[in-house]
Amino acid sequence: MTMTGAVRDAQANTERPRTIAALARLHPYVKGSYTRLILGIIDAIAGAIVALSIPVVLSWIVDGPLTTNDPNQIFPAVGLIAGLGVLEAILVALRRWLVLKPGTHVDGAMRADIHNHLQRLPVSFHDKWQSGQLLSRAMSDVSTVRRWLSFGFVMLTVNVITLLIGFTMLFVWNPVLGSVFTLCALPMFYFGIRFDLRYRKLSRSGQDQAGDVATAVEESVHGIRVLKSFGRSAYAIDNFTDRATRLRATELVKGKASGTLALSLTALQAFAYATSLLVGIYLASTGAISVGTLFAFFTTVAVLRWPIDSIGFLMQLTIDARNALDRFFDVMNVPVRVREADNPVSLPAASGALVFDNVHFRFDDAGETRAATTPDLLRGVNLEVRPGETMALVGLTGCGKTTLTALTTRLYDVTGGRILIDGVDIRDVRLEELRTRVSMAFEDATLFSTTVRENVLLGRPDLANPVDEMTRERAETLLAQAIDIAQAEFVYQLPDGLETKIGEEGLSLSGGQRQRLALARAIVTQPAVLVLDDPLSALDVTTEQLVEAALRRVLATTTALIVAHRPSTVMLADRVALLHDGVIADVGTHTELLARSALYRHVISSESDEPRILENVDDERELDVATGVDELRAVDHHDLDSDRDEVVAP
Amino acid sequence: MSVSGVSSEERSDFTRLENRRLRQRSIALFLSLAKPFSWRIALSGVLVVLGTLTSVAGPALLAIGIDQALPALTNDRDWIPTLMVVGGYIASGIFGGVFISTYIRTSTRVSQGILFNLRLRVFRHTQRLSMSFHESYTSGKIIARQTSDLDTLREFLDSGVEKLISGVLYMAFTAIALIALDPPSMLPVVISFVPVFFFAWWFSTASKKAFRISRVYSARLIVQFVETMTGIRAVKAFRREEHNERTYGEQVDNYRYANQKVISLFGIFDPGLKLVANIVMAIVLLLGAFRVLDGGMEVGVLLAAVLYVRRIYDPVNDLAMFYNSLQSAGSALEKISGVLEEEPTVAEPSTPTSLEHPRGSLDLTAVSFSYVAGRPVLPALDLHIPAGQTVALVGTTGAGKSTLAKLIARFYDPDAGSVKLDGIDLRDLSNRDLRGSVVMVTQEAYLFSGSVIENLSLGKPDATLDEIEAAARAVGAHEFIMSLPDGYETDVNKRGGRLSSGQRQLLSFARAFLADPTVLILDEATASLDIPSERLVQRGLQTLLADRTAIIIAHRLSTVSIADRVVVMEHGRVIEDGTPADLIAGTGTFSTLHKAWRESLA
Ligand SMILES: Nc1ncnc2c1ncn2[C@@H]1O[C@H](COP(=O)(O)OP(=O)(O)OP(=O)(O)O)[C@@H](O)[C@H]1O
Ligand SMILES: Nc1ncnc2c1ncn2[C@@H]1O[C@H](COP(=O)(O)OP(=O)(O)OP(=O)(O)O)[C@@H](O)[C@H]1O
Ligand SMILES: [Mg+2]
Ligand SMILES: [Mg+2]
Repeated sequence: MTMTGAVRDAQANTERPRTIAALARLHPYVKGSYTRLILGIIDAIAGAIVALSIPVVLSWIVDGPLTTNDPNQIFPAVGLIAGLGVLEAILVALRRWLVLKPGTHVDGAMRADIHNHLQRLPVSFHDKWQSGQLLSRAMSDVSTVRRWLSFGFVMLTVNVITLLIGFTMLFVWNPVLGSVFTLCALPMFYFGIRFDLRYRKLSRSGQDQAGDVATAVEESVHGIRVLKSFGRSAYAIDNFTDRATRLRATELVKGKASGTLALSLTALQAFAYATSLLVGIYLASTGAISVGTLFAFFTTVAVLRWPIDSIGFLMQLTIDARNALDRFFDVMNVPVRVREADNPVSLPAASGALVFDNVHFRFDDAGETRAATTPDLLRGVNLEVRPGETMALVGLTGCGKTTLTALTTRLYDVTGGRILIDGVDIRDVRLEELRTRVSMAFEDATLFSTTVRENVLLGRPDLANPVDEMTRERAETLLAQAIDIAQAEFVYQLPDGLETKIGEEGLSLSGGQRQRLALARAIVTQPAVLVLDDPLSALDVTTEQLVEAALRRVLATTTALIVAHRPSTVMLADRVALLHDGVIADVGTHTELLARSALYRHVISSESDEPRILENVDDERELDVATGVDELRAVDHHDLDSDRDEVVAP
Repeated sequence: MSVSGVSSEERSDFTRLENRRLRQRSIALFLSLAKPFSWRIALSGVLVVLGTLTSVAGPALLAIGIDQALPALTNDRDWIPTLMVVGGYIASGIFGGVFISTYIRTSTRVSQGILFNLRLRVFRHTQRLSMSFHESYTSGKIIARQTSDLDTLREFLDSGVEKLISGVLYMAFTAIALIALDPPSMLPVVISFVPVFFFAWWFSTASKKAFRISRVYSARLIVQFVETMTGIRAVKAFRREEHNERTYGEQVDNYRYANQKVISLFGIFDPGLKLVANIVMAIVLLLGAFRVLDGGMEVGVLLAAVLYVRRIYDPVNDLAMFYNSLQSAGSALEKISGVLEEEPTVAEPSTPTSLEHPRGSLDLTAVSFSYVAGRPVLPALDLHIPAGQTVALVGTTGAGKSTLAKLIARFYDPDAGSVKLDGIDLRDLSNRDLRGSVVMVTQEAYLFSGSVIENLSLGKPDATLDEIEAAARAVGAHEFIMSLPDGYETDVNKRGGRLSSGQRQLLSFARAFLADPTVLILDEATASLDIPSERLVQRGLQTLLADRTAIIIAHRLSTVSIADRVVVMEHGRVIEDGTPADLIAGTGTFSTLHKAWRESLA
């Protein structure tokens, strides 16, 4: 929660544009639809005029044929009214048809845009933002804007114009009555503005809280296994109840604000009406105005009733839409920081030499509170993986191995130094090309809701949907090879073989099965550089050996960086790099490192269940496990420091 | 075809019978939701009645003003009727305002209350539903039910009900006023209701289908959105963006067309009603005008009648909107009630056997289990684990180890056979007893967004800070936690994304330590740890597991050193079972495995 809080504060600090300016940001989406929107508004105004002219005709009938007792004029007059009525209906139909496209079009465009933009935003952005906040922006906020555009905006414009025309007509009917009514109605502005100020904040909090609720739902479903296993659904329910309660509280306050506004609008309106009636009757009694005029005046006032009543509601809608747009642009305005190079260089068709040159990296939110004291996570990583070489990356938990691998495909950008592939800084290469060249398997195997085939061929869309027979065959061969290397033959036994749908919407697989598919996925693209993050952690010893044997064939010709926790995985590699304290502490073959680096032995060696590292420490110190850990760590560090000297010394 | 539960969610064409069943289900849900608010609903009904009354009074007051007050003033200089009319107006305004604002507050209470309760109900229910449900019903769908479907319902509650009540009342009162004023003018109105009825019926049928389709597409959008954002790293690394852009674009288009369809149906319905209204008004005017000429009617009465007729149809627009949002909310309720109708297949017993002092002996007898019918994962399994034993469960991937673990943790019930804890079938234990005594650390170490403390105390909600810290120390997590910016208070971000995978595992380990269960199941709980941390954890385990039953699934056979017994599984069967020493000394699978493993350590 603190993160969202931080994000929100940041937003609160930035200057809020005025409502109109804020809504004007819709321009790019509405661009193609202005004609229809304007026609819609004209249509609506015409409709309002028609509605307003019906009383005119009525008053004319009252003062005309009905007073002069002329039956011949009644048919044309009523015919006129009927005609106006039909026209009104047609205009309404026309208006709905006119604004239909803009509304849904803008809606669709915004929806697609935010999704596409989010996909391109860097991983660091996704680390920070709550998923529910993103979802609520892409779904309900966009709907709010659509509703406003196709209904609120049009009605608001129409109502404002109706009010203008209506009030003018009131003055035309009778200036005195018109002024009386207008004066009495003026305080509405005051209440309107007060409401606006109050409702703005409420509406924004409501939307944010709805996002929190969505987040809670998502987490509770994704974490269902943990919740079930600890029997802690109650925890999730409490958390959810908290958020839902907060949302409800905000909505209730919003209701109160609307209620107050409705009260003032209704009462003021009645007051204005009554005062005008008083004056009107008086004027009529003195003969200053005719009964027809009096009647027409009040029929016009009646027509104005809905526009006035609806002001509150339309204001709400507009403020909601404005805030929804703010939220939408909160995300849309985040620059895609991992940016395409301005003048992209093409990677040479060469072999895939991977070089880390004094690479620095720190997470945005690493030690925000004590920035001065927290050093970069990676502070000067220098490592060269030669073409075709397999390099194992070894280090303690949390030392930055995964982060380092993520840098190679620019999931994050280095904060200092550079990464070169075949001599080219990866920031100068098109992302698409870079990610084709470098293929990854992550620690947690993410499978998508689609067939096994498509999951494996994820990085080769050309093969997943082959256009001709040749590609199809090639796809089959590559697929079969990858599956073979990853020892994922089990897929053939699935209910529909390669066409079995897996992932969230399909069949669930075992941990090792998922990991093997992720491995197959990384291999199948035949990349120049293969980056595998602890790719065999979920495999049993036998399968691991099989996979390793098969992998060796691939690795013989591919540059690879493999994060490893176990000696068995390290054995795959030609050389091993030891990551410690943000730098590569040592590089060499497994045997070399075992021989010369105490740190390396500490990290990787499990020859004996008795940790080697402790051999120079009093045995008693390790007895009490709970309190011994820190001392053990302390020893580690002591040991490692001396170790580093050792590394430097020769 | 069945429409029970969520089975029919993607369909939009139903037979009459199915339609009725779905409608009944939604209505029943709605009524049960409305029930706790009945007096508030009644109150808001009354308020609407009163509010409508006050606004219906308007034309009548005007008619009185013109027909009586004006002559009185003109002829007799009598201000009284005028002042009364004016006073009546002001009073009606103030009362009307009070009624409306009170109504808005009350109805917000009702609608927010209903939404709140429904949210919680769905949430609780999805928490209760079994794993098998969650495996087939994606998270995105549940989120869709809880967000966009509820939004739809909210729209309905916020405006729909008011529109209905006030609309109907307004019509009724206006009609009564009209009849009181001039009965013959009512006739054309009554006749007009025949075409209106058929028109509404057409709209209802057509829009219901369109709304269903729109719900389906909206859920699909959410499903894809959630999946993409959840797997964003893989999406990026495998350049899935364009593909996603395309498929999401298609879904957006589908959704847009569905919406367009709905809106354009309404775009016919709404002006159609207006047309009827205006024509009827013209007819009333025509008939009235002749009666005025005949001297059978006052001008004021005619004007009021015409105003009333026009007003009778005013709410028709509102009613149409009500109907629209009713249809839309109906289809949302259909989906939500479908989820609520799902029963947990692994249900808590109604009369649980109590387990006072769990010792932790486990008996699996003739257990068979399959996820997909006809493909047994565990064909027939017998396993007896005495209390306090530490069992290492090993075997090739896909052998069924996790499945076995999940059966013991009662994520699923066996198809046949039984799983017993201390001689009691798990199916007879209350969730409290079961979850209090059996805890499983799953293969994926899921952390929730929130602080380290919050995540750890999931294991034991009332844990003190000292206990939490002790647990963290026991697994060797204390040090890295302290190095986080805010120590134990640091937000680990969604899914614990702020931590490395090994750190996540350490935390979920610590969480299980805190829970202090009688039976602890560890499914690959150390797979992502470095060797020193793993060693620490194992040391911790040795103390921790001393007096409890433990099942440790691990591919790294180092675990075996702390086990009393090793069980080797293959293809859902136990193929070897014995003490580590015996098995290693033997010639079976395990001894081969162990040798291979030892070699791999070199
Ligand atoms: N998004 C993030 N924001 C801030 N810090 C992070 C973030 N992600 C990771 N870290 C921190 O960076 C460090 C390195 O994490 P990383 O995942 O690279 O470790 P690792 O070496 O892969 O560890 P493991 O062996 O456990 O997988 C960790 O200490 C972690 O707490
Ligand atoms: N939820 C599920 N639905 C359908 N099939 C499943 C499900 N979970 C597992 N399976 C299948 O059941 C079999 C056993 O899976 P299980 O997860 O028990 O294996 P495991 O022994 O734990 O393997 P691993 O070592 O890879 O984790 C596998 O073939 C797997 O594909
Ligand atoms: Mg890692
Ligand atoms: Mg498993």
